[in-house]
Amino acid sequence: MTTNRTKFLLLAAAGTLALGACGKKAPPELPPAPLNQGNGYDDGSQSYDPNANQPGYGSNVPGGPGSQEDFVRSVSGDRVFFDTDEYNIDSQDAATLQSQVQWLQRYPNTTVVVEGHADERGTRDYNLALGERRATAAANYLASLGVARNRIRTISYGKERPEALGSDPQAWAQNRRAVTVTVR
Amino acid sequence: MNHFIRSTAIAASFLASTAFAFSAASAQQSEDIVADAQQLDTIIAIPGFATDADRPTDAYSTADLGRRIGEVITADLRNNGLFTPRGPDQVRAIQYGEVTAPQFPGWKTINAEVLVQGFVRAASPNEITVGCYLYDVGLGSELSRQGYVVPARDWRRAAHKCSDIIYSRLTGEQPFFDSRIAYIAESGPKNNRRKQLAIMDSDGANHRILTSGGATALTPRFSPNYQSILYLSYVDGNPRIYIYDIGTGRQRLVTQSSNATFAPRWSPDGQTILYSMAVGGNTDVYKISANGGTPVRLTNAPGIDVGGSFSPDGKQIVFESDRSGSQQIYTMNADGSNQKRISFGGGRYATPEWSPRGDLIAFTKIAGNLRIGVMRPGGGSERLLTDSWQDEAPTWAPNGRVIQFFRTAQGSGDASIWQVDVAGANERRLPTPGYGSDPAWGPIRP
Repeated sequence: MTTNRTKFLLLAAAGTLALGACGKKAPPELPPAPLNQGNGYDDGSQSYDPNANQPGYGSNVPGGPGSQEDFVRSVSGDRVFFDTDEYNIDSQDAATLQSQVQWLQRYPNTTVVVEGHADERGTRDYNLALGERRATAAANYLASLGVARNRIRTISYGKERPEALGSDPQAWAQNRRAVTVTVR
Repeated sequence: MNHFIRSTAIAASFLASTAFAFSAASAQQSEDIVADAQQLDTIIAIPGFATDADRPTDAYSTADLGRRIGEVITADLRNNGLFTPRGPDQVRAIQYGEVTAPQFPGWKTINAEVLVQGFVRAASPNEITVGCYLYDVGLGSELSRQGYVVPARDWRRAAHKCSDIIYSRLTGEQPFFDSRIAYIAESGPKNNRRKQLAIMDSDGANHRILTSGGATALTPRFSPNYQSILYLSYVDGNPRIYIYDIGTGRQRLVTQSSNATFAPRWSPDGQTILYSMAVGGNTDVYKISANGGTPVRLTNAPGIDVGGSFSPDGKQIVFESDRSGSQQIYTMNADGSNQKRISFGGGRYATPEWSPRGDLIAFTKIAGNLRIGVMRPGGGSERLLTDSWQDEAPTWAPNGRVIQFFRTAQGSGDASIWQVDVAGANERRLPTPGYGSDPAWGPIRP
């Protein structure tokens, strides 16, 4: 199990580089939806950018200091992995999260979203709850190391956003994850 | 007491050997159910419905409609697996005058045991009258008749209602064809799946996609009056449950909260909404009035309490919890009291759904593969109905005799909607234009 897990971490590190390169877009932090959605179509989320009016927004060089790319480059991993139906932070996870905390302390105006995920081998509703539980476990660990709780948000995607596409134990291990994504 | 045996006229002729698939056998007699379900192969002749005069309507001409109605009834009864219908393609056409004066000797020569005849009339292009007559060929007598006045465009409803009266009269069970299904239409690659809210009739007709797909939609549930749908959407970036109004296309949040809300369900009377909310990683089940107001928290065990389904009388709720260390099924009173575990068969149990008949609870069993099963509301008498790589999320037909679920393919992750009867027989895939998941079967239409 331990050797397997090490392998996953290596794979994940490679995956992380690719991820940084293609610029995974962080979900914007949005206000609650209005009571009525106008025409009722669910496309309201596509253009809203809550940071657009902030002074200095967009002046950062893409990929420069304090950016998501910089975060991914600087930390030992942007994600931690979990065993089946588990959500505990083990020593490897702790080291990863510690490196994230160091970066977050350098950029105190940055907030993060911790995305919790589950593998495909579970039921939908439970996996949403499990993803939330994993995201919260990682978020709590970041907070325990000194990151202000109001800089951390969690979101669960359950089994809706697999990253490894196979239907095998290796793929599932990569998908049982909590990913830290920076938001500026 | 078996409804069938009371229907003496029927029992005498063609039903003696076919006993009863369902009604006699409660879940304690599960093997009987499985055995009997295969035996029903009653031959039913269904000629195209006749018309007094071929007139144009908003849909098709009345003669054309008559044939199509016969075809829809034939498909309904064939797909149910209990009967051997011979539709308009296989039997001779009838004259209008024959509808109420069936020529029994002729139908006997083709071995028909039951005969369905009917007519279509149009007083105006936008409204039709459909008559549906059910005969016992052996006894040479009428078993049932019904008439429906429907907008011409809703002609399929008249056909489903006729299927329902045939099914009910022949099986002693409650009807289910005149009902609709909400589900999630899926398209695109596994790592970027487009998931849209969609609705269709029980046979897949009148299919409509309601949301654009810009935000992931999950787990719909039709309101009992079919006017709205509860579902989960990521439209504001977070998982939240909304009520979508089918008439206006507008939607609103069920409850204002910064926490994730999911797994929405209606009470049978449509007055109460059950949902799950995660707070600090701990998920619990809540209920709230469908009109809004203050939510009531029903569970408070540490861990994940999720989902839920009301008993038909609204007095109890079955839900899922991992408070014991793994996902198991529990029941409680509708106020949250008297929580007790009912699943003890080994493995994990998820997505419990109470049958509209009240006699069974359907679930997903996770023990290696994911399979659909049923058990008694008090626990026990467990039977697994499917055996595939990943079957999930059962939803009951309005009469509690057929279960729909979705099946995920290993590797591709492609999902499709399937159904199986409560005996575990007649498994089949439902026709949808693309891939589909999260089916939710509504009640008989009002």
